[in-house]
Amino acid sequence: MEQESLAIDASHLARRYGRRWALADVSFQLRRGAVMMIAGRNGSGKTTLLRILSTAIRPDVGRAAVLGHDLIREKEEIRRETALLAHYSYLYESLSAFENLDIVSRFCGGPPPAAALDRVGLADRADDPVATFSAGMRKRLSFARVLLQKPTVAFLDEPFGQLDPEGFALVQQVVAELKHGGATVIIATHQVDRVAGFADVHLMLEQGRMVSP
Amino acid sequence: MITALRKEFLLQWRTRAQAVAVFVFGATALLLFSFAIGPNSAALRQHAAGFLWLGLLLSSTLTLSESFLAEMENRAFEGLLLLPVSPRALYYGKAVANAIQLIVLGIALVPVMVVLYDAGTTEIPMLLLVIALGAAGISAPGTLYSAMTSQARAKQTLLPLLLFPLIVPVLLASVKATSLAILGDPMGQATSWILLLVAFNGIYWSLCGLLFDRVVED
Repeated sequence: MEQESLAIDASHLARRYGRRWALADVSFQLRRGAVMMIAGRNGSGKTTLLRILSTAIRPDVGRAAVLGHDLIREKEEIRRETALLAHYSYLYESLSAFENLDIVSRFCGGPPPAAALDRVGLADRADDPVATFSAGMRKRLSFARVLLQKPTVAFLDEPFGQLDPEGFALVQQVVAELKHGGATVIIATHQVDRVAGFADVHLMLEQGRMVSP
Repeated sequence: MITALRKEFLLQWRTRAQAVAVFVFGATALLLFSFAIGPNSAALRQHAAGFLWLGLLLSSTLTLSESFLAEMENRAFEGLLLLPVSPRALYYGKAVANAIQLIVLGIALVPVMVVLYDAGTTEIPMLLLVIALGAAGISAPGTLYSAMTSQARAKQTLLPLLLFPLIVPVLLASVKATSLAILGDPMGQATSWILLLVAFNGIYWSLCGLLFDRVVED
């Protein structure tokens, strides 16, 4: 594949925590506009891989380019074009849903948060503090945070976790919208059945290593 | 940086009860220090500046360590770092907000000092300038160290342990200049101490801003 058409070009990525390698020798290429599913058991390295690619942590070994930008040297360029839905909600408990999204919107120079709140079904709870939200509502709000960033590459770590059936449909719609808009989406999940249908590429991890490309 | 500062003020406003608690802590410290001196108004007045800064210093560790508490909940600070924003802007936003909080605290403690230590002064502008410079000199390295220790288990112990030795020159200059404002400055020494405070602020604010990226990344 030509470099310009690649969203991700990862080569021999590895990361360890203490003496344990959480990720070892992971290499793959992903074209722009594709949806990739990363599957694997707990502790297989899915989250570590997403956190490396989204520049939250550095790899100990290997190199990667996201949208042609080097993972280590061009972090700011990557952060401008990517968004991570992480295990952590990245939300301030004492602030309202609107205020949390407003911070993101101002930093990203994006639109006001009202539309994103409406999209995830939280418009009527916009002024309530996040501390009063259930786990599912926090997940929806984190999703709104990702939407506000208008990412070219979206990293979604367990996007179905804590959501109700209505939330599952919302995630699938949003992923379809992102793909339709030309974005690349990488989903790490246990719920293979929910993603396998619309993912273009599958990557299986086991004990930090790729099992099938 | 304006957005970062706005976020800090919003977080501080939502946890304003904490600021009241810090003031009460500082005022209580001043009260206890006055007991140590006893009913000797000349000695009380002589030690007023030192005890004001001691009270402010002890209170500052609470303010500074609290400033990263909200950031660590749900890893909100990591979320900010992944946005297209310079870590330096986040640092300066937080450091300026902390400095303003400490300045307000310092100003609020002045009437307590005047009442308890009989340490009134007519040099109000000079006193305010010294409080502003001293608080800024504590805030700049304090915010950096607060970020460094925010994920440590013993952060309440670690922060003063790292911070206090570093800010000795700022404290010394602040105490001296405040003392001159209260007791009078016939030799015109205050300007030198204020210039020393300005110099240390220049060093701390530029150096800590440069180092913050390295402290928070990965």
